[in-house]
Amino acid sequence: MTKQIIVPFGPQHPVLPEPIHLDLVLEDERVVDVIPSIGYIHRGFEKLVEKREFTEYVYVAERTCGICSFIHGMTYCVGVEQIMNIEVPERADYLRTIWSEYSRLHSHLLWLGLFADSFGFENLFMNAWRIRERILDVFEQTTGGRVIQGTCKIGGVRRDIANEKLAEMSSNLDSIRKEIEDLTNVFLHDDTVRHRTRNVGVLSREDAYHLGAVGPTGRGSGVAIDLRKTGYAAYGKLNFSMVTDSCGDAYSRCLVRCKELFSSIDLIQQAIRKIPDGPIEVKVTGAPNGEFFCRAEQPRGELVHYIKGNGTKFLVRSRIRTPTLSNIPSLIKMLQGCELADVPVIVLSIDPCISCTER
Amino acid sequence: MITQEQSIIPIDVGKLIGSVEQCRNEGYRLAQIGCTKVGDNAFEINYSFDKDYVLKNLRITVTAETEIPSITGMYWGAFVYENEMHDLFGIQVKGINIDFKGTFIRTSVKYPFGVTIVKGEKP
Repeated sequence: MTKQIIVPFGPQHPVLPEPIHLDLVLEDERVVDVIPSIGYIHRGFEKLVEKREFTEYVYVAERTCGICSFIHGMTYCVGVEQIMNIEVPERADYLRTIWSEYSRLHSHLLWLGLFADSFGFENLFMNAWRIRERILDVFEQTTGGRVIQGTCKIGGVRRDIANEKLAEMSSNLDSIRKEIEDLTNVFLHDDTVRHRTRNVGVLSREDAYHLGAVGPTGRGSGVAIDLRKTGYAAYGKLNFSMVTDSCGDAYSRCLVRCKELFSSIDLIQQAIRKIPDGPIEVKVTGAPNGEFFCRAEQPRGELVHYIKGNGTKFLVRSRIRTPTLSNIPSLIKMLQGCELADVPVIVLSIDPCISCTER
Repeated sequence: MITQEQSIIPIDVGKLIGSVEQCRNEGYRLAQIGCTKVGDNAFEINYSFDKDYVLKNLRITVTAETEIPSITGMYWGAFVYENEMHDLFGIQVKGINIDFKGTFIRTSVKYPFGVTIVKGEKP
């Protein structure tokens, strides 16, 4: 029997922007088992519902993540609105959709850069993040914040975007699309990238479904689940096709994210064409009394905000289930049987967001 | 308003395994397991399963002393939620496939969501 050794991977590692620890059990260079460990930066955000009023908690929810912050805030707001039977103005729904899709563009471009970095393609990393800057500029221009937007509130949104600005954003997206086409052509057709990602970290459709894989991790294995199809915000009024692939390897997960970039641009441009004039918020009175499991599609997959109120200004519970937590079992499955050199690529391929997980 | 269909089904702890097994056989995906403190020593645990965007929540109500069976035999990935419940709430889960025994999530206080912590008082 080959001697087994344990190699610690993380919590500090060049490819890990945030700390997660994996004990890799190796036989020669092959990984035979993996034991994950998290909790290095657990913040206990959920406990803050006891000290922050439900209207203030939007700011807390938004700070769960530094990448998909807007979607966290929006999902929390939608959940509370559902409990309180609040009908949000249509323009606010469209604005929420636009900012959500900009978040997806920002997140996927960030991930593409990190993914390129994981297999040593530094130039590709810089190009992805150069395009990402243009997305962050739009956030700054429309919300005042590049990372934390603070525009979502219970009952609508705080800021409007002028129709002239929306037209300019739509036009800018045409040039961004061209840049993304050039970028994704390298990810999808370059021999070096394919060599490092094809047949690496394979996850079958059945495993992905039963292990709870969500987002591009699940869709890359053919699990056709995208919560945007439930029609929250303005998604029910827009047309888009879900992106899936069936190979289940790191390349497939990359392919899904690359195609979703174009889908997001299309969704934003559709929303800009269809957005109606009108108010952006309604007055909210009372306090939530009831419970709701609100789900939304983050860039990394299904997000669940469970909200329970008892009619007072303090919620009883806010439970946030982030996509990365749900993707950890799938990551273990992908790593079993892989080569040690492929571990960084496979770990990055699920787009781990530890800040979210350690809410 | 959105239309995310969902239901909450209260069940006894003794019927948990049978009900989860039925979900697995009917093709449900485990979406999450979450715990809520509802009294001094009472916790609601929601096992959320999704199929075709419909969320079915099986709910058990337990105390910190209640030992609940693990569902990792049917949903292997449930260990992340079960370890989380143990580490944050002090819920006793028996038979987890990967049992971290309290070291999955490192917290500065033991069971931070399970007891009421008064400032200056050690739990």
